[in-house]
Amino acid sequence: MRYLIKKACMMLFTLLVVSLCVFLAFSLIPGDPALRQLGTNGTPEQLEALRQQMGLKDPLPVRYGRWLLGLLRGDLGTSYVYKIPVGSMLAEKIPITLSLALISFVFMVLISVPLGIYTAKHKDGVLDHIVMVLNQVIMAVPPFFAGILITLVFGMILHLFTPGGFISYKKSVPGFIGYLIAPAFAVALPKAAMAVKLLRGSVIDEAAKDYTRTAYSRGNTTNGVLYRHVLQNALIPVITFLGMALADMVAGSIVIEQVFGIPGISRILLTSINNRDYPVVEAIIMGIAFLVIFINLLVDVIYRIVDPRIASGDE
Amino acid sequence: MKKSKTLRLNFIKKHRNAFFRTGLIITGLVVFLVLLGLVWSPYDPTAMNGEEKLSGISLRHIMGTDNMGRDVFSRVLYGSRVTLLIATGTILIGSFVGTLIGALTGYFGGLADDILMRIMDALFAFPSILLALVFVSLFGTGTWQVMVSLGIAFVPSYSRIVRGEFLRCRDMDYVRSARLQGASDLRIIFLHILPNVKNVLISAILIGFNNAVLAEAGLSYLGIGSQPPHASLGKMLSDAQQYMLSSPVYVLGPGLMIILMVLGFSFLGEGVRE
Repeated sequence: MRYLIKKACMMLFTLLVVSLCVFLAFSLIPGDPALRQLGTNGTPEQLEALRQQMGLKDPLPVRYGRWLLGLLRGDLGTSYVYKIPVGSMLAEKIPITLSLALISFVFMVLISVPLGIYTAKHKDGVLDHIVMVLNQVIMAVPPFFAGILITLVFGMILHLFTPGGFISYKKSVPGFIGYLIAPAFAVALPKAAMAVKLLRGSVIDEAAKDYTRTAYSRGNTTNGVLYRHVLQNALIPVITFLGMALADMVAGSIVIEQVFGIPGISRILLTSINNRDYPVVEAIIMGIAFLVIFINLLVDVIYRIVDPRIASGDE
Repeated sequence: MKKSKTLRLNFIKKHRNAFFRTGLIITGLVVFLVLLGLVWSPYDPTAMNGEEKLSGISLRHIMGTDNMGRDVFSRVLYGSRVTLLIATGTILIGSFVGTLIGALTGYFGGLADDILMRIMDALFAFPSILLALVFVSLFGTGTWQVMVSLGIAFVPSYSRIVRGEFLRCRDMDYVRSARLQGASDLRIIFLHILPNVKNVLISAILIGFNNAVLAEAGLSYLGIGSQPPHASLGKMLSDAQQYMLSSPVYVLGPGLMIILMVLGFSFLGEGVRE
């Protein structure tokens, strides 16, 4: 418990550092947001008034404090371009991107865990060799190209889904999830290939250790040893990978959304980058940073549940 | 004498290794095509031809033509040059800065190490394509900007790897004896420890290459990177996607080229590790 509080404090501190970096980076780059918002045909007086109104005349620490307090209160600022609160711009998009990332994650686990265990168990078998070669090829396919091929084969030739026919979760939840299956597959495939490789290697390593032999000598069956002894240890390095993969999948979802025409945060992020609409970009970065750091905390906690050695080590 | 013999033995062993050989062949082919594109391409990559829009594969256009009648093969040659250039720049920046940070923090330790590594950890946890997007939004879009952005995004992974190796090596006997002989810290870092980290670094660089190619392709697919009319593999794919019903072969050229590049580097990396 004490450890958890310590970790949570570290997490808050890291977030604070990230927020400071993000704020400084976007405040120090050349360019006057007020000038950009007003365009070239504003008078100097208007420009001055707008700077005052946007709070650009205050010193940096004051502006940082105001921005941070706003974030804590859930006020993400106002878009330079659309002049509406960033929160309301993102509110409808976040569930879409998160759902895509989560479904991809579920796919990855469902594909990689059975396949990883099977190939390790039947090492050097026919399927093992096929999977190993396939793995290497799949890892080389960029997810968006996989997405394009999936659209071509399953959407346009086999008509299993309608490319571009996104259904909002407000209209129909099953339809929404149904449309996300193909894109989630594209996000999950390369990560699943990596996970299979990692899990296979990990199981094979653990199976060669002394405790496995001991477990056998006590009369355990192959499956008994595998599931009750080997797997518990073999899963530990895989958990770190799964945690990082979940964070990567949020990023992967952003690219895949463009392929399948899903109205998640991807389009807003890209147009905001092109328009230099910094409040929006800042908000999205902070959101993802929070997510990434939170996932790391979660991985830490799961670690201690799976591997009691870690918990007893530092207390 | 003895050293050169073991080196040669290693070299032969690597050649016997199937992964390394396949990787060498594929990467060789890619590099050959890129070099070929420098001196010769069947057509001008930006020349449009209204008569031959979205034509399929033919002897005149071995990868077909795009929606403006431009020769896809010529554009793939040009685009892969840009991709390879950006990937090389990314790795150079990432591994150089990363090695420097990793070597100094790993060797000296202390408060600077603690602070820098906290930052590196936070950056490392961030997906690299997103990190690159953040830097692109700061620097603007374009070939050089993308190279620098991706380069920065790749620094944390190298600094972590190199720091780990330096931590492992800094109290080894050969380092101690160098220190006793009065070698300066910088001399120990760059002339004594760094050569021993070389193998780990080479494998990381090869793996980094395929990540860099994938990241560049992703960014240019999103429309960030070299701007039209110049060809980039990712941008070609996003164009091709719109004409997929009328001309499905258009997606294959640039897509296969990306896969070949990544596959070549990942096989090489795999081979070196074994």
